[in-house]
Amino acid sequence: MTTRTLAVVSAGLGVPSSTRLLADRLTASTVDALRERGVPATVEVVELRQHARSLADNLLTGFPDEGLRGAVDAVVGADGLIAVTPIFSASYSGLFKTFFDVLDKDALAGKPVLMGATAGTARHSLALEHAMRPLFAYLRATVAPTAVFAASEDWAGANTGDPALTGRVRRAAEELADLVAGRPPTAPVDPFADPTTSFEDLLRG
Amino acid sequence: MQFGIFTVSDITTDPTTGRTPSEAERIKAVLTIARKAEEVGLDVFALGEHHNPPFFSSSPTTTLAWVAAKTSRLQLSTSTTLITTNDPVKIAEDYAMLQHLADGRVDLMMGRGNTGPVYPWFGQDIRNGIELAVENYALLRRLWTEDVVDWQGKYRTPLQGFTSTPRPLDGVPPFVWHGSIRSPQIAEQAAFYGDGFFHNHIFWPKEHTQRMVEYYRRRYEHYGHGAADQAIVGLGGQVFMRKNSQDAIAEFRPYFDVAPVYGHGPSLEDFSRETPLTVGSPQQVIERTLGFRDYVGDYQRQLFLIDHAGLPLKTVLEQLDILGEEVVPVLRKEFAALKPAHVPDAPTHASRVAAAGGATDSTVHAPADSVTGQVQAVEAR
Repeated sequence: MTTRTLAVVSAGLGVPSSTRLLADRLTASTVDALRERGVPATVEVVELRQHARSLADNLLTGFPDEGLRGAVDAVVGADGLIAVTPIFSASYSGLFKTFFDVLDKDALAGKPVLMGATAGTARHSLALEHAMRPLFAYLRATVAPTAVFAASEDWAGANTGDPALTGRVRRAAEELADLVAGRPPTAPVDPFADPTTSFEDLLRG
Repeated sequence: MQFGIFTVSDITTDPTTGRTPSEAERIKAVLTIARKAEEVGLDVFALGEHHNPPFFSSSPTTTLAWVAAKTSRLQLSTSTTLITTNDPVKIAEDYAMLQHLADGRVDLMMGRGNTGPVYPWFGQDIRNGIELAVENYALLRRLWTEDVVDWQGKYRTPLQGFTSTPRPLDGVPPFVWHGSIRSPQIAEQAAFYGDGFFHNHIFWPKEHTQRMVEYYRRRYEHYGHGAADQAIVGLGGQVFMRKNSQDAIAEFRPYFDVAPVYGHGPSLEDFSRETPLTVGSPQQVIERTLGFRDYVGDYQRQLFLIDHAGLPLKTVLEQLDILGEEVVPVLRKEFAALKPAHVPDAPTHASRVAAAGGATDSTVHAPADSVTGQVQAVEAR
């Protein structure tokens, strides 16, 4: 079986970050679920905090610098994406949005995506459905039905955390694994390949 | 190889003095810069076309005609001519006229324009940008190469028996370059016609330039115009020079930091690493520029942007002195030594007339014109 790649985008700002913690849980669970389906997977994590300045520069210059370019290529080239953000002011964080703003609008078309979010209280949980899901719908990604939200109380208790959270993580990971395993590996699109329509066709309009 | 400068005609506040030149002052400054370009031994002066502040150059042929009258050797070009929103009929007429006034020292660079709002000002829609570039240019070529044109298309009213005047000088239209940062369709268009391809090569990482030029060369060969390394390539570049590189950096930084396009973003050092911007000594500019050849191959035209972001005229003229005295003579020699014999030079009017088998008088006399009395002459032919 071809090895698949998972990209993980974490917009957490703290170190350590509960957003990254949730991202890691989702990632580990997805890798397990893929393995159960006989699909080996590799993981590339993009911590947006490290690209905060580059993202602002990209907004102004129109292109990613070398470091950010590596992160963008990892996400665009992945077979599946796990995207996790803290909820700020009723929505994904500005840093999270900026990363998706600098991608080409077609870059995530058809890509399996698992969404996650963290916040201080569970009252923010529907931001996933009201803000984040429309973002990925616009980008024409294929989003797993289960999105995972973790509030402070979900992290309470033993090392394993809230059993309900563990269950949601597992369900979401299964959904993403099905989506990733069910489609062919992502082939890079080369805009500079020889054109399929001739220039004569273009001329005829 | 041709060396020159290109300007976008921006009117920008000098951040070191807070002073903004008037339109009148900036227009005169650009005229001075153009004449100086010839005086210091550069080959090309290219002027942009824009239809909104902070730019003045809405009427490039007017400006270039003035420059033509004041110079004798300088090649005049555009950076760029809006093939999308200009009526191709008007481009055909204006640039053929300029070609006559300038004794053939004219070529054009086609571009689509980078502002959405400009399209509706001229009755067009940016979503049709590529289609407009394709259709309008196909018509422009016919207007220059066919004396009488019947034409029907999607984006302008049909033409019946139309003759664009004046006819191109010596029966040979101006050479055309096509400029695009990242649309393969435009590189395809340039390759299809065997025209030149220009990458502005400023404000962007070199990988954009490399991929576009590579594609253009491959497609140029595909369409049978010659080998890939014989395709006609031009590049932009952005430089600021002083004898000591630290002086160059210190003087340019305040302009860089607040410049239109990239200001308030990456540092001068980051931007110099990520894009072809070179701020330093003449020797550093020479080395960086010679390095362009490593990723685009042997190319025919190098234009530098030296007058934007509010730099005062005096400084720009000093930059031209450095280019003319210290940089371009070395680049000319070095590039020439590297270029294989089968790689052509940039086409000029003279080389294109020679390729066409000599000059022809392409004047079209009205066949039934009672004013000029040409009826007899036509019948006698």
